[in-house]
Amino acid sequence: MRLDKKEKQKIKALKWAKRVDKFRRIWYKFSKNYLSIIGLGIVLVVILLAIFAPWVTPYPKHSGAFINFPSAMQAPSLQHLMGTDTVGRDILSRVIFGFRFSLMMGIVVLGLAGPPGIILGLIAGYHKGKMVDTIIMRIADIFIAVPPLILAMAITAVLTPNIFNAMVAVTLMWWPWYTRLIYGIASSIKNEYFVQAAEVMGASKFHIIFKEILPNCFSAIFTKLTLDMGFVIIIGSSLSFVGLGAQPPTPDLGTMVADGAGYMPDQWWMTVFPALAIVFVVFGFNLLGDGLRDVLAVEEV
Amino acid sequence: MNLKTFITHRLPFSIIVLLGLSILIFSIARVIPGDPVRVALGDRVSEEVVERVRKEMFLDRPIHIQYFMWIRNMAKGELGRSLFTRREVSEDIKEFFPATLELALLSGFFMSFFGILLGTLAAQRKNSWIDNIVRVISYLGVVTPAFVFAILFVLFFGYVLEIFPTAGRISVLPPPRVTGMMTIDSLLVGNIRAFWNSLQHLILPSISLSMASMAQISRITRSSMSDNLQKDYIQAHKTYGISQRKIMFKYLMKPSLIPSISILGISFAALISNAFLVEMIFNWPGLSRYGINAILSKDLNAITGVVMVLGLTFVVVNILVDFVVAYLDPRIRIRGDKG
Repeated sequence: MRLDKKEKQKIKALKWAKRVDKFRRIWYKFSKNYLSIIGLGIVLVVILLAIFAPWVTPYPKHSGAFINFPSAMQAPSLQHLMGTDTVGRDILSRVIFGFRFSLMMGIVVLGLAGPPGIILGLIAGYHKGKMVDTIIMRIADIFIAVPPLILAMAITAVLTPNIFNAMVAVTLMWWPWYTRLIYGIASSIKNEYFVQAAEVMGASKFHIIFKEILPNCFSAIFTKLTLDMGFVIIIGSSLSFVGLGAQPPTPDLGTMVADGAGYMPDQWWMTVFPALAIVFVVFGFNLLGDGLRDVLAVEEV
Repeated sequence: MNLKTFITHRLPFSIIVLLGLSILIFSIARVIPGDPVRVALGDRVSEEVVERVRKEMFLDRPIHIQYFMWIRNMAKGELGRSLFTRREVSEDIKEFFPATLELALLSGFFMSFFGILLGTLAAQRKNSWIDNIVRVISYLGVVTPAFVFAILFVLFFGYVLEIFPTAGRISVLPPPRVTGMMTIDSLLVGNIRAFWNSLQHLILPSISLSMASMAQISRITRSSMSDNLQKDYIQAHKTYGISQRKIMFKYLMKPSLIPSISILGISFAALISNAFLVEMIFNWPGLSRYGINAILSKDLNAITGVVMVLGLTFVVVNILVDFVVAYLDPRIRIRGDKG
């Protein structure tokens, strides 16, 4: 059966309309939950602040190595809403620039850990009970068996401590969670009729894994990525906090918390505001992720 | 899990995990850029001394020989000499690990006790004020890093209310060292004052450490318990007129706690790694400062020692958790798998 150009376009338009319709329905359900909307709002605000940091911060120069001793250690005031640090830099400006590094950490780590983790999970899940499955899943188990932060620390220890190596370290400990998640879904989907039908019709393994099974994992992957943004940001800031992540004068939230911790309780603002900023970002991603999980009906994540 | 399935399935897996972990750590530690001996000894030491230390640590042999030497020594409890403190790593670990373990154990208790308690209360009174409070606590717990809790607790309970000390392990004369855990040592010699004092020092760090896992456990307990409350057999018990209390403790508790208890192992791992963060804020003389110093000074033996000890603790805790779950869940006890 051959379709002429017009019919093809029609089908395309129909498919598109269906997609838009589906999106509308999901959005409707999503917007009914005010917590999810708050989450989405926080995430958007943080992303916009991070992108436009040089233009929205009151003192953009303070993000780097800047010294202004006369205004050092000032308590929060109208001029410096979150106060200033030991060398007189505006903490609010540094916190907003800090969002950049937190988001970058999350995006890079998940971008690097997600794809290999997902592909390994698909392969292991499709070959459930065979040798490949055992090997992949046991290796994943070993990586999971190491307490997360410890492995990251050991890796950053070997390489020089900086923000890039911290990302590499967190990536290395993050992929097995995706492998496990997708393994669970893939190994049950492969018994569904549509997969068996494809097998009977002689579809290639590649087709079955990526065209039949993978699309059914998308909502789980999407939800997990959103939730994980928050958790990667926590781990990243923890690494910087112990001095193994971003190095000064980079305005990283974890580093700022650690630097300010020594000046408690008198100069509490130096550590409390960056700390609350971390909670703010992670809170946003978590609310958003939870909302997505409810809307997309993902139970596995 | 009976003894047979344990020996045939669980034990070999634990050994494989430990072996894999050791290879991982070993290869990480050996790809270090630069000469670790030179880094540790400094520039002023002569080439001969460097060579001698290198030989002592087998760093002049081929890599696989180094690995087997290292494994053999580790099995004997010899982790080599720390290049940083110039002492046996095993000695160092013996000195610092009990402090971390004491902290982790108390947090483990807080996390399981309060996590299960809050989860149960929330499930029993769904959508009441207590359920909402538990929901807020569990949300805050999940999104707040341990070190942020530690900072806020120090400020509020330590400096504003001044009811808890904010640094160190003890501020009276410490008891003689037996286990290295201050609270237990002071109880052993009957020194109530030291016990009370060290317990006060423990409270803030262990609570800030346990918050995240506690939140997770209360969430899981709540959802599994409210699922089970809907089940027919519970409804049947209710219609028979069995008391709420008996239903709760005899029929509901056991199946509902299995999911929470199975993740205790992973939660404990989170506790141990987060202990690093909390210890820094409370100036806790545990494994963290030692480990971080080792990392910053590229002290190979100490790094591998610390990571292996923590990995071993994790494996042991997981085996214990498996036993408890198997005891509670007859499907696992009889068939050896979840079913």
